[in-house]
Amino acid sequence: MTESGIGEKEIDLRIKILKEDAKKRGYNLNTDELLVRELVSGILINKKRYGFESCPCRLTIGKKEDNIDIICPCDYREQDISEYGCCYCALYVSEDVEAKKKTAEPIPDRRFERQDSENHKVPDNCAGIKNLRLKYPIFRCRVCGYLCARENPPQICPICKAVSEKFEKYL
Amino acid sequence: MTQWTHVAGKGNRNLKLYALSTCGHCKKTKEFLDESKVSYDYIYVDLLSQDELEKVYSEMKKYNPRGSFPTILIEEIDVIVGARIDEIKRLIDLND
Repeated sequence: MTESGIGEKEIDLRIKILKEDAKKRGYNLNTDELLVRELVSGILINKKRYGFESCPCRLTIGKKEDNIDIICPCDYREQDISEYGCCYCALYVSEDVEAKKKTAEPIPDRRFERQDSENHKVPDNCAGIKNLRLKYPIFRCRVCGYLCARENPPQICPICKAVSEKFEKYL
Repeated sequence: MTQWTHVAGKGNRNLKLYALSTCGHCKKTKEFLDESKVSYDYIYVDLLSQDELEKVYSEMKKYNPRGSFPTILIEEIDVIVGARIDEIKRLIDLND
């Protein structure tokens, strides 16, 4: 056991699963194994402490509903990897960073930018789209952008494996 | 009581590290400060009680409005956001 009460085996197992999933789904884990260990341990501590796997490098304040966006993988991973070469905590990196063609530097947190603008929603001037009579609502995965038309969002995103809470009603 | 931990070392400048106990980058930053043997104070904001957390976090956000970690405050003037070891090195050396 580590000082945090999370077993080394638990961390090993989670890293193994994350690595396999990342490869399958077109993501790359950071090659800095020590850092990955710290981050995964932090995620598991947060799970124990808060009941959900929030980002180890962000402060979790309040209820789960207020922190859905920072449950790992966070809503900002895609954009951060394409813009900076890694996600905020650097658990996930771009192919170039993985291949060591680039290095991952500390990056700014775009979490609060988004809270200001909420520009991921369909804008109000698209009334025509908003008033469509759809047989099924369309849900969007906030982590990877996957869209699906069905009564309820899936339990797990078939593309990136995000949990159902990560889905928002898009149309 | 706010739980700052003092680490004794070289120099007597006011160096504060706001960190999260779960964050690998905060750990790297703290290890760097430990290796440089400078005198500093640190606090794990995520381990505070709710009242203390609100107080310390709003104080930290005065210096780093985004509220991200690690945040280093030198002499209540210079602010370094993120594990920017080179910049920490530069500012520490500069003040020596």
